[in-house]
Amino acid sequence: MLLAEQVLNGLQYGMMLFLMAAGLTLVFGVMGLINLAHGSLYMAGAFACAAVAAATGSFWLGLAASLAAAAALGALVEVVVIRRLYARDHLDQVLATFALILVFSEGTRWLFGSFPLYLSLPPVLSGAVTLPGGLVYPAFRLAIIAIGALVAVGLFWLIGRTRLGIRIRAGEADREMIAALGVDIARLYTLVFALGAALAGLAGALVGSVQSVQVGMGEPVLILAFVTVVIGGIGSIKGALVGALLVGMTDTLGKALLPTFFAGFMEASAATSVGSALASMLIYVLMAVVLVVRPTGLYGARA
Amino acid sequence: MKQKGRLIGGIAALALMAGMASAEGVKVGMITTLSGGGAGLGIDVRDGFQLALKMAGDAGAGVELIVEDDQQKPDIAVQLADKMIQSDQVDVLTGIIWSNLAMAVVPAAVAQGKFYLSPNAGPSALAGAGCDKNYFNVAWQNDNLHEAAGAYANSAGYANSFMLAPNYPAGTDAIAGYKRFYEGAAAGEVYTQLGQTDYAAEIAQIRNSGADSVFFFLPGGMGIAFMKQYAESGVDIPLIGPAFSFDQNILQAVGDAALGVKNTSQWNKDIDNAENAAFVAAYQAEYGRLPSLYSSQGFDTANLLLSAMAKADVTDQEAFRAALEAADFASVRGDFAFGPNHHPIQDIYVREVVKEGDIYTNKVIGTALEDRGDAYAGECKM
Repeated sequence: MLLAEQVLNGLQYGMMLFLMAAGLTLVFGVMGLINLAHGSLYMAGAFACAAVAAATGSFWLGLAASLAAAAALGALVEVVVIRRLYARDHLDQVLATFALILVFSEGTRWLFGSFPLYLSLPPVLSGAVTLPGGLVYPAFRLAIIAIGALVAVGLFWLIGRTRLGIRIRAGEADREMIAALGVDIARLYTLVFALGAALAGLAGALVGSVQSVQVGMGEPVLILAFVTVVIGGIGSIKGALVGALLVGMTDTLGKALLPTFFAGFMEASAATSVGSALASMLIYVLMAVVLVVRPTGLYGARA
Repeated sequence: MKQKGRLIGGIAALALMAGMASAEGVKVGMITTLSGGGAGLGIDVRDGFQLALKMAGDAGAGVELIVEDDQQKPDIAVQLADKMIQSDQVDVLTGIIWSNLAMAVVPAAVAQGKFYLSPNAGPSALAGAGCDKNYFNVAWQNDNLHEAAGAYANSAGYANSFMLAPNYPAGTDAIAGYKRFYEGAAAGEVYTQLGQTDYAAEIAQIRNSGADSVFFFLPGGMGIAFMKQYAESGVDIPLIGPAFSFDQNILQAVGDAALGVKNTSQWNKDIDNAENAAFVAAYQAEYGRLPSLYSSQGFDTANLLLSAMAKADVTDQEAFRAALEAADFASVRGDFAFGPNHHPIQDIYVREVVKEGDIYTNKVIGTALEDRGDAYAGECKM
C-alpha cells in the first residue's frame, strides 16, 4: 500500500517535470537555444494563477490565466530578447537568459512582495479520494497526473499529426531549408517558444496550488527539468516524457525506500541521514549512467 | 592662508564628527531573511526590533541599525557579516533566523570581539562546547520548544510518534529535543531537505506508519506547504509541534487545517503582563497585523540591548557584557534570566490554534515546562 502510494507520488512528480521539460526540449531542439529563464515562466504562471484566483475567486480562471500569461510573456520575451540570440553561441544565450531570471525575479518581488502566496484548491479537487484497492490519495495530485497525461497525448498529436508539427520537426532538422520553402521561421519560433512557456506556466500553477507561490520557485525545478531533458535526449518529446517519469520515480522511490534499506543493517538515525543523502544524489547518478550508455540521451537523435 | 584655515576647520569638523560618532551609542548590524520562503520570520524579527527602538524614544535613537537581507543563504550571510564588521564597524550583530547561517557567522563574529545577540537561532553547538562570552541568545536553545512538545505528548497520552524535521542543525536538534522528554516509541523518524515544498512521500510514510501522533518541525513556508498537503491527504493523525509551524505569520495561510493543533511556545499574545499588552497593542497599531513569536523575540532582543546600553558603554566590553548578563529588562514573555551559557531560563507553554472572528491565532492552555534552561549548559566553559 505504501509502495503503491509512493509510485503515484513518483508519477505525479514525473508529470509535473514533463510539463516543464517538454517546453525546454522543444525550444532546445527546434531553436538550439539554452533557455535558463524557463523557470521564470513557470513562476510567472504560478503568480498569474494566484493573482487571478484571488481576484475572481475562481481557481479555473486562474489556471486559464496562468496559461495565457506565461504564453504571452514567452512570446514577448522571444520577440524582444531571445530572437537576437539564435545566431550567438551557447555562452551568450546562457548569459542573456540568466539575466532574464534576475529581471523576472526582482520584477515579481517588486509586484507581489517577498511573502509566499497560497492558492486554495477548488472544492471538486480538494480532499482525498479512495481508489480501488482501498488506497487513499489526494484528488488534486490525481488531477495533476491526468492533466500531464492529457498534455502528453496532445503534444504527440500536435508534433506527429498536424501541419504545425511537421514544420516544427522540419525546423529541427534543417532550418535553412524550411525557410527557403517559404515557411515564416520567425513566427514558427515565436509560436514554439510561447507553447513551451504556456506548458511551464501550467506546471507552475499546478505545483503552486499544492505547495506555495513564491519568488525563486522556478530555479530548483529548472535544474531537474534540464536533467530530464538530458536523460531523455534533446529535442524529443517522447524522451522528455520517459525522462520525466524516470526522474520522478527515481527521486520519490529513492527518498522513500533507501532509508528503510539502510535501516536493515545500520543504526536508525545514521540510516536516515545516509539514505536521504544518497536519495538526493540518485537522479544525478541516473543521468551519469544514461549518458555513459547513450551519450545523446535515451531518444536523442543528434550526435 | 585662507586655504589652510579652511583645512584646519575641516579637520576640526571631522574630529568633531568622529567624537560624536563614538558618543552616539551603539551601531547594530542586523542580518536576517527578508526574501524567499523564510521572509516572514526575518520581517517579524526586524519589525519587533524596530518597534522596541521606537517605543524607547531617545534611548532607542542611540541605536544605529543597519538591516540586510541574507536570502537564507549561508554564503551571503558571511559576506554581510564581513562587510558589517570591517566597513560599517558595527558593535553588535543580530538578526539571524536559521541555525545553519548562525553557525557560519557567529563564531567568526565573536572571535573578532563583536557581541552577537540571537533573536532566533539557538543551535546546540553554540550552547554547549562552542559557547562564547560575547554570544547571547534571547529566544531559546533550539531544543527547548521541542522538549516541551515531548513533555506535552507524554501528558496527552501519546505513545507512538512519527517525527519529521528538515536535515539541518535545528532539525536534528528538534528531534533530539523531542526525544529527550518524550517517553513513547518512535513510529518513524524522517529528515527532509531544508526548503522542501512537496511532502507527498513523507505523508505516505506517515499514513502507513501506524503512529498515534505526528511531531513535526518545519519552520516558515515548509510548514505551510506540509500542513496544506497533510489536510488534503485525508490522514487524520493528530499533529503536535513547536510554535514555529503554527505561528501568527503562517496560520492565515494554513487556515482551517491548523485548528485545534497543540503547539509549544515561550510566548503568546495572551500572556498576562503589562509589557506584553503594550507590545501587542503597539505592534498592531504600527504594522496592522498581530505580532508573531518572532516579533516578540525581536522586541525582547532590542530591549535587552537597550537595558545594557543604559548601564554601560559598548566600548567597555567587560561592563557591557555584565550588563547584558543581568538581563535587566521586562520581557514580554514574563520571567526571563540568562543561564550560565547565556541562553534563556524560561517557562514554555502549550498553545492551541483557535479562530477569533476571522483571524486564526493561538491561546495558551497550559504550561509544559517551568524555568527550563537547556541540556547543553554543562558543556559550556567560558
